Amino acid sequence: MNTENNTPAPAQKKDNTIKRRITGFFTDLYKIHLFIVRFFKEAFVPPFEFKEIVRQCYEVGVRSFALISVTGFIVGFIFTKQSRPSLASFGANSWLPSLVSIAIMRALAPLVTALIASGKVGSSIGAELSSMRVTEQIDAMEVSGTNPFKFLVCTRVLATTLAIPILATYTALIGMLGGYLNVSMNEGVSYTAFVDQFFRPLMFLDFTSSLIKSIVFGFTIGIVGCYQGFYSKEGTEGVGKAANGAVVTAMFLVFIEEIIIVQITSNFR
Amino acid sequence: MEKAKANIDYTKTVISIRGLEKSFEDFAVLRGIDLDLHQGENLVVLGRSGSGKSVLIKLISGLLKPDKGTIEVLGKDVCCLSDKELRELRIRMGFSFQSSALYDSMTVRKNLEFPLVRNQKQLGRKEIDAAVESVLDAVGLSQTINQMPAELSGGQRKRIGIARTLILNPEIMLYDEPTGGLDPITCTEINDLINEVQQRYHTSSIIITHDLTCAKSTGDRIAMLIDGKFQRTGSFEEVFETKDERIKPFFDYNFIQ
Repeated sequence: MNTENNTPAPAQKKDNTIKRRITGFFTDLYKIHLFIVRFFKEAFVPPFEFKEIVRQCYEVGVRSFALISVTGFIVGFIFTKQSRPSLASFGANSWLPSLVSIAIMRALAPLVTALIASGKVGSSIGAELSSMRVTEQIDAMEVSGTNPFKFLVCTRVLATTLAIPILATYTALIGMLGGYLNVSMNEGVSYTAFVDQFFRPLMFLDFTSSLIKSIVFGFTIGIVGCYQGFYSKEGTEGVGKAANGAVVTAMFLVFIEEIIIVQITSNFR
Repeated sequence: MEKAKANIDYTKTVISIRGLEKSFEDFAVLRGIDLDLHQGENLVVLGRSGSGKSVLIKLISGLLKPDKGTIEVLGKDVCCLSDKELRELRIRMGFSFQSSALYDSMTVRKNLEFPLVRNQKQLGRKEIDAAVESVLDAVGLSQTINQMPAELSGGQRKRIGIARTLILNPEIMLYDEPTGGLDPITCTEINDLINEVQQRYHTSSIIITHDLTCAKSTGDRIAMLIDGKFQRTGSFEEVFETKDERIKPFFDYNFIQ
């Protein structure tokens, strides 16, 4: 029997794969859009799930607290250490606290927090919801008269949106501590003098842009994690893919959002 | 345990399905299903794996949308309901999942409380505790109240899954493979429990299974689902006494087992 006629040519096969991927990309984009619209439709309509939101905020905070403490401190310490030689060549060592404060407040604190949360929280949300989908727990919730979207998705997205800005503020403070330790060890600057120089160059816009960034990052991490988990494919493979997809997509989007927000806020300086 | 005579009201239909069709991509799973479930009746849907039995009860509970046909549950067309109306209707239906679908981050108590706390907000702590103890007692697992689902056996998980649906006092029970993956003794216990639920809670049930012992001991009526349609419906004996070559091997295999 001649089977050659039934087998697609390699070029045609490649064409089909590309076509499928492009269609898949736009279908995903449309589904994410519907997911976000549904979130806004359901999150702000009673009944509210206050208890679950608080529980999720606690989960988000506790899951990332230790890692953020260590990373924030190291970022502050190392950034100060690496910046010293450049400033020293101009004899501008006294500018170190100001440089550290601008770097940490404007960029590092929200970005580092978001990246860590993408890994810790995003993956955990993706895996948790996906395993609930696989084991029919989401269906069980639905048939028992509970809206699983409101209970599982809205609460988690609101929790990350609220918790990430708090964590970012904490990262900034810990980063400042790391910077102070390095400056104190090398220049012998007092804590009050360091704090005074740290906050002096900061403007209202630095705080607000940092806060807006953290809110956007938090929302993104929550939405991406929930989307990946809520619509994951069946089977254990689906759980792994959801967790992985949540981290990769959230990190990618965080960088894109960082660029966009920086471009927008720089117009107001 | 011998099945007690069921109190069936043949004048009242709680589920009425007409011309139901459902396909997944190009594969037609259900090809024109007609079905009536009477009040107080246990209807067993028998069929091979992948014949669309679970799809049928997922359509009845509104978890899936049909391509064609109507599904009336307690006088309401499931396909035409708003989300809110569907949720209200679902409270009157219990769904026991094949995998039990217990919330694995919650204890047995929290699992049982969950539907009650969310749907009957007027209840106080004492009433909730009493309801939890009552359903746990009904399934004979009072000692597991503070255990996590991971600590339970397969049979216990099934029982807790049934208890979780009973806590809302449903009028209709949908059982998806209630004896799937269980040993024969536990299967008998689950079959007895299904009959006990029918008697004690006066429920009408659809039981999805491919286990003939379960079908014989729990069903008031059997419907044989083959090629997306009910090929034969009647009492166990009526369905069994057939020369239909599509049905006979099913019974022969089960009896050899």
